[in-house]
Amino acid sequence: MSDIHLDIKQVDKIYGTANSAVHAVKGLSMAVRRGEITSLLGASGCGKTSTLRMIAGFETVSKGTIKLGGKVLNDLRPVKRNVAMAFEGYSLYPPLTIRDNIAFALKASKLSAKDISDKVHTMADMLEITDILDKHPSSVSGGQQQRASLGRALIRDADLHLLDEPMGQLEPQLRALLRGRIKHYIKENGITAILVTHDQAEANALSDRIAVMEGGYLQQFESPQRLKDQPANLFTGTFVGEPPMNTFSASVDKESDKVRFDLDHGVSLSFDVTDFSADVIEAALALKSVVIGVRPYAIKRDDDGMKATVVANHWLGDQSHIAATLAGQSVILVEHDRAPDKAGDDIFIKLDPDNIHVFNRETGYAVSHGAEIVG
Amino acid sequence: MEHQSKLETVLRGIALLLVVVFFMFPIFWIFLMSLQTNETILRVPPSINFEPTLSNYRALITGKLETSAASLEINFLQNLWNSVFLSVASVSLALLLGVPAAYAFARHKFKGSEDIAFTLLSFRFAPPLLVLLPLSLYFQKMGLADTYLGLIWVYQLICLPLILWIVRGYFEDISPDIEYAYRVAGHSWFSTFRKIALPLAGPGIAAAGLLAFIFAWNNFIFALVLASADKQPVTVGALAFITASGIQYGQIAAAIVMSIAPTLALALYAQKYLVEGLSLGAVKG
Ligand SMILES: Nc1ncnc2c1ncn2[C@@H]1O[C@H](COP(=O)(O)OP(=O)(O)O)[C@@H](O)[C@H]1O
Ligand SMILES: [Mg+2]
Repeated sequence: MSDIHLDIKQVDKIYGTANSAVHAVKGLSMAVRRGEITSLLGASGCGKTSTLRMIAGFETVSKGTIKLGGKVLNDLRPVKRNVAMAFEGYSLYPPLTIRDNIAFALKASKLSAKDISDKVHTMADMLEITDILDKHPSSVSGGQQQRASLGRALIRDADLHLLDEPMGQLEPQLRALLRGRIKHYIKENGITAILVTHDQAEANALSDRIAVMEGGYLQQFESPQRLKDQPANLFTGTFVGEPPMNTFSASVDKESDKVRFDLDHGVSLSFDVTDFSADVIEAALALKSVVIGVRPYAIKRDDDGMKATVVANHWLGDQSHIAATLAGQSVILVEHDRAPDKAGDDIFIKLDPDNIHVFNRETGYAVSHGAEIVG
Repeated sequence: MEHQSKLETVLRGIALLLVVVFFMFPIFWIFLMSLQTNETILRVPPSINFEPTLSNYRALITGKLETSAASLEINFLQNLWNSVFLSVASVSLALLLGVPAAYAFARHKFKGSEDIAFTLLSFRFAPPLLVLLPLSLYFQKMGLADTYLGLIWVYQLICLPLILWIVRGYFEDISPDIEYAYRVAGHSWFSTFRKIALPLAGPGIAAAGLLAFIFAWNNFIFALVLASADKQPVTVGALAFITASGIQYGQIAAAIVMSIAPTLALALYAQKYLVEGLSLGAVKG
């Protein structure tokens, strides 16, 4: 692709010395297009911040190359990279007011004082920090410092914006409000941004594509929708989505026109062979042992279905989360009506073949999504 | 703060008073001595009933010491000037060398950096006499004996480790991300050091400088061995008051008062800095 802006190839980050090494990022490759918003999504310690710091130039790249706009960054000093960054720990300059902290980022630009002041005000309005502009960082809350730090990064005219958990300290309402504004601002200004977050809702709402990371490895890099519909492996399947995907270990068998998944405790799921494409069945049979995954909202009640016993039922105000036991394993259902079931009740459920994901039990890689084999 | 009972407050007050008396009484007594003649000082029993006189101070400033036996020349003002010059120059040089070094040690961990830093600190552990003999021989050879330059050099043994270690701690307390934030906005590491790191560590640098100044000022042994009378600081110069016709207690006391005055003034002035440094607690990222 010609519009690749940031190109990360086979990058490793190893901290420390040979005898006490931390391998934080492993063989990371990803290509980000100009104007794209990308999220790095993953649990704490999975290497998100390390990745950003290598791009910004605060950490050396142990292996591989990072290119921005066609130029190799690896040995370029931070000052030469033209990258803006909002830090996880805010990192405002204590002696300066919030206003000066934000305006400071524009000092290197050739803007007039009036233009700088206007820009700072627009930014402060957007981030709801106009009333604290003349205070010092130490006398405002963490959430306010965080927004100031985000403003200091966003206001710059850089080739790439790196935002490390920029809204982690904000209350949910404000976060939801700012999400929309920030996305609008980024798109309007043609900014290419990489956002680090462990909040799925934030990643879904803001990003064009999400890079799911775990243990230093990139698990999958896809649009939010495809990430949900076509998880590349068991990790992304269970990590993405709230509540998480239900999974069952199963062995696969075929009898005339039926394909059967045998779970524990003598429970079987039986489908018509026509529910799946022929190569899905072939691949599953070849594996014998698979993991099947189904999202909570794709489990439907059916009087002819399998019996499950309710463990708990919570009404969240707009949906019911029902936890039940099926084949000795716990399974979660999401329903949009208020379900009447109580703990101990039996319910009968059915899994829709269109919503079944089959994974290789050994490797964790996806075999099929619904009727379709993974290419 | 916890609520204190009345008894506790009183006991605490008494304890504080005892400490203050213990530390301040000698200084107070010396101040009184500096206003008396040798005769009234040596009275038995001592009394605080005396006619105050400024003769001791006059002798120091004019440089004429009248004893019962003879009149001799002393060079107290020259000594005082030497003290000021040696301390200021030593601390300045130590700051110039030590602050960038402290920054490097705080920010760049490389193989052996801890060892180097510790070696520098270990200069403080060695008894001065250990290095003095070889040093005085070297200094004779190199023509550094009895020069300001030589003394300032040796004073680095006192000042440099102190500044290095204190300032390093202050730099380490500044989140590197604050500096990164500045660098990523298009500034070189040197301007980051100057515009961000130095001002943020300012109170710490001031404190370290003050401490180093006091240590340098109070040093006795280096100057005693390595310099002659006209280069010696007050600490050594005070020896001149032990004369053939007895010890000139009054003038020694006046000399002490005059020689602690600058450090005392400096400490009082810098106190403000130190408090500021502590209340600027938001430095950490
Ligand atoms: N400066 C460092 N020295 C040694 N290990 C580090 C350093 N920074 C991060 N790590 C380690 O690297 C791993 C990834 O950290 P990080 O990139 O900060 O993760 P995340 O931002 O995803 O939470 C963690 O195990 C962390 O402890
Ligand atoms: Mg992080």
